[in-house]
Amino acid sequence: MHNSANMAFTLYALIQTAILFTNAIAVLHEERFLSKIGWGAEQGIGGFGDEPGIKAQLLNLIRSVRTVMRGVFFCTVLILMSVHSYDY
Amino acid sequence: MRGTPMDPGDPRLLFDDTSAGGDRHGHSGVGKGPDVYPGQALLSDPMSNLAMVYGSSLASHGREMMDKNLDRFIPISKLKYYFAVDTVYVGKKLGLLVFPFMHDNWEVSYQQDTPVAPRFDINAPDLYIPLMGFITYILVAGLALGTQNRFSPEILGIQASSALVWLIIEVLAVLLSLYLVTVNTDLTTIDLVAFSGYKYVGMFVGVLAGLLFGRTGYYLSLLWCCVSIFVFTIRTMRLKILSEAAAEGRLVRGAKNQLRMYLTIAIAAAQPIFMYWLTFHLVR
Repeated sequence: MHNSANMAFTLYALIQTAILFTNAIAVLHEERFLSKIGWGAEQGIGGFGDEPGIKAQLLNLIRSVRTVMRGVFFCTVLILMSVHSYDY
Repeated sequence: MRGTPMDPGDPRLLFDDTSAGGDRHGHSGVGKGPDVYPGQALLSDPMSNLAMVYGSSLASHGREMMDKNLDRFIPISKLKYYFAVDTVYVGKKLGLLVFPFMHDNWEVSYQQDTPVAPRFDINAPDLYIPLMGFITYILVAGLALGTQNRFSPEILGIQASSALVWLIIEVLAVLLSLYLVTVNTDLTTIDLVAFSGYKYVGMFVGVLAGLLFGRTGYYLSLLWCCVSIFVFTIRTMRLKILSEAAAEGRLVRGAKNQLRMYLTIAIAAAQPIFMYWLTFHLVR
């Protein structure tokens, strides 16, 4: 019985998984979804007291991922458009 | 002949200077060289001399620039710290990895704000043992698969990339959880890679025992190595993650310290899980 559960778990599979997970985090919509379940951005900046709790850190992380992915997406669209325009 | 004697007070001198003996041989060889070359007239020509000097200065300038730029992406100088080990340290550390129960003082000693090189402090993390442990694990995995007629050269690459991927996942998970719990620690990413790499020692010991003594040997030695790695990780991480008071053993109430303790235990518990997951398919 040859157990191949973790066979061929290549680096490429890891990169694919990472991109898909990041995309999943980035598409969580702020208004329609996160605010409804109490995870909106304004609920994260709680008190300026001691130290941010886990929930605040998590919300911060989600917001940063969204911002970074927007920047990356915008840049790739720009690059692809500028490359594509040479076809004409 | 060794170079200058090691001065424990100087952490910059990470490696022994053995250039004194080497230089003498090198110079005598080079000294004889041009005499034997038939084109000796070529070297005495001032134009080609000038070209040679210019070429060598260009090469050294290019190498300097490459070193400087490479240092920005891969911190080579910081990496050198993790490989400044010697035989005594490696022996003691391996002993500590399989028997951490008698060791008392787990603190890393510092010297003017920088941690001391691993060769002077047994508690300091290094990358030599994890790297060698990883390579040994791959080789032993190939050996184990070969004894079951399941070997092919691609298997080595598959095992290596699989283990590497799990290492990366583990380091990323630990980094994420450290960020979420807002721990003010001086653990760098390379430290985490080092601590996660120590389990490869236990893994290949287990597989070797499995090869020599069958499944019972594998399970017994793996159990022992899992317990040792668990204790080792807890005792090492406790000092780095928990606050001062809690790490000294005094019971400190507070949700934050409790969370940090859970985090330490979770990190330590992940080690035996990975050790079993990456080796059970190798032993029949």
